[in-house]
Amino acid sequence: MPVKVRIPTPLRKLTHDEEIVHVSASTVGGAIAELQSRYPGIKERLTDEAGSVRRFVNVYVNEEDIRFLQNQETALKDGDEISIIPAIAGG
Amino acid sequence: MEKHAGYMKGLKCRECGREYPLTANHVCEFDFGPLEVVYDYERIKQSLTRAAIQSRPGTMWRFRELLPVAGDPTVGLEVGGTPLIKADRLARRLGIRELWIKNDAVNYPTLSFKDRVVSVALSRARELGFTTVACASTGNLANSVAANAAAAGLTAYVFIPSDLEQSKVVNSLIYGGNVVAIKGHYDEVNRLCAEIAGKYPWAFVNVNMRPYYAEGSKSMGLEIVEQLGWRVPRNTVVCMASGSLLTKIHKSYQEAMKLGLAPETKHRIHGAQATGCSPISTAQKAGLEFFKPVKPNTIAKSLAIGTPADGFYALKVMKETGGVAEDVSDEQIREGIKLLAECEGIFAETAGGVTVGVARKLIASGAIPSDDSAVLCITGNGLKTLDAVIGHSGRAREIKPSLREFEALLEAEARTAAHA
Repeated sequence: MPVKVRIPTPLRKLTHDEEIVHVSASTVGGAIAELQSRYPGIKERLTDEAGSVRRFVNVYVNEEDIRFLQNQETALKDGDEISIIPAIAGG
Repeated sequence: MEKHAGYMKGLKCRECGREYPLTANHVCEFDFGPLEVVYDYERIKQSLTRAAIQSRPGTMWRFRELLPVAGDPTVGLEVGGTPLIKADRLARRLGIRELWIKNDAVNYPTLSFKDRVVSVALSRARELGFTTVACASTGNLANSVAANAAAAGLTAYVFIPSDLEQSKVVNSLIYGGNVVAIKGHYDEVNRLCAEIAGKYPWAFVNVNMRPYYAEGSKSMGLEIVEQLGWRVPRNTVVCMASGSLLTKIHKSYQEAMKLGLAPETKHRIHGAQATGCSPISTAQKAGLEFFKPVKPNTIAKSLAIGTPADGFYALKVMKETGGVAEDVSDEQIREGIKLLAECEGIFAETAGGVTVGVARKLIASGAIPSDDSAVLCITGNGLKTLDAVIGHSGRAREIKPSLREFEALLEAEARTAAHA
């Protein structure tokens, strides 16, 4: 069973309106690379020139922010879920 | 884009400058940067004069040209116009020459500054044709969305962390909207709401309506400028959750100067956080450009945002204006609440305790010089966070309805005072 990636609205133009995409990478960084190979252009939306996740992009693996895990080195296993979410204002 | 856009020109990404139409959209599809409303300042300058403002009703809408609704506002017409108090007794206690309190603890109708942002967001949501409004909230926003939606006849869904103060939960439920408590902290509520907002055609005030919503905070700063006799305060202390309020107070001062409402003034904006959730103040103190997310643990639940969306811009504003960030412990927050109450008769919620506690620290350290002046922004009412002070504010002494017992009580107190 592969890893499920939830695609946020601003990126769905690139994924031909797919909300959920499956990848088989073993790390978050690998998943981003795999998305890029299938949907060219998606990587530059998510990462900056230095390859770091952009500051207004939050990436979660199974509902945990990857900044509390190992960032792009965070390991993935079958059945994991990745969410990509823009930062939100206060409340 | 709609033809009638009022004084708005469009939305623009704060990161890359790409422009977008004035729809319910908060994020740049290129780099996820936040979108912001762009105004036609030349046109605004022609109608927003001191005289025009002073001729209008005493609500936040007297600054209407700088608030992003196309037509006349339809929600929250009575919001704002809260008192600016000269706080001489607190000034003496904190050791500063001149101190002012902007008191949004008595904002209408739900006793926090959130009524400002919500009236803008819901007025704009209506213009865009929405009938259901929603929010992710640490409490005050939920109260305000629930109340203002009820009054406007809109359907409301408010999402809150399940561990909120009871009074904040009741203050949302009473208006009859849908209150959903999420087992998790605010950042998790936020993440869920971002996903819900992507799926349901609702106006989430702090998600897809955020560019409009956030601008409502400017009215607090504009009122301060007018109430000070058309001048920008030299120091302003603002509490930070997402950091949005701090950046918008700054923007309002800049707009007031740009439009000629107030003379150019060197002003510093200082940020206040609770030590138990201090990603922005920690980054500011370390001289970093970006914060590290944290897991919140503080009694100041309304400020408990571990991944502050506007943290980056709040840091930038403090850097540009020479402001300083500081944070205070739970105990210092309670002391701040008591100080404000005992000196000025104002009962603020925990966030207000954070602001007062931080101001006290900044004055003591000289970051705000003792011969200077400052405005403290108090954003919410103490009756909503009773849980935080119950057991820390003394107990009523109980006697029988007898004059003898009352006099015995006075004598006992006099003896205790003499021994103290």
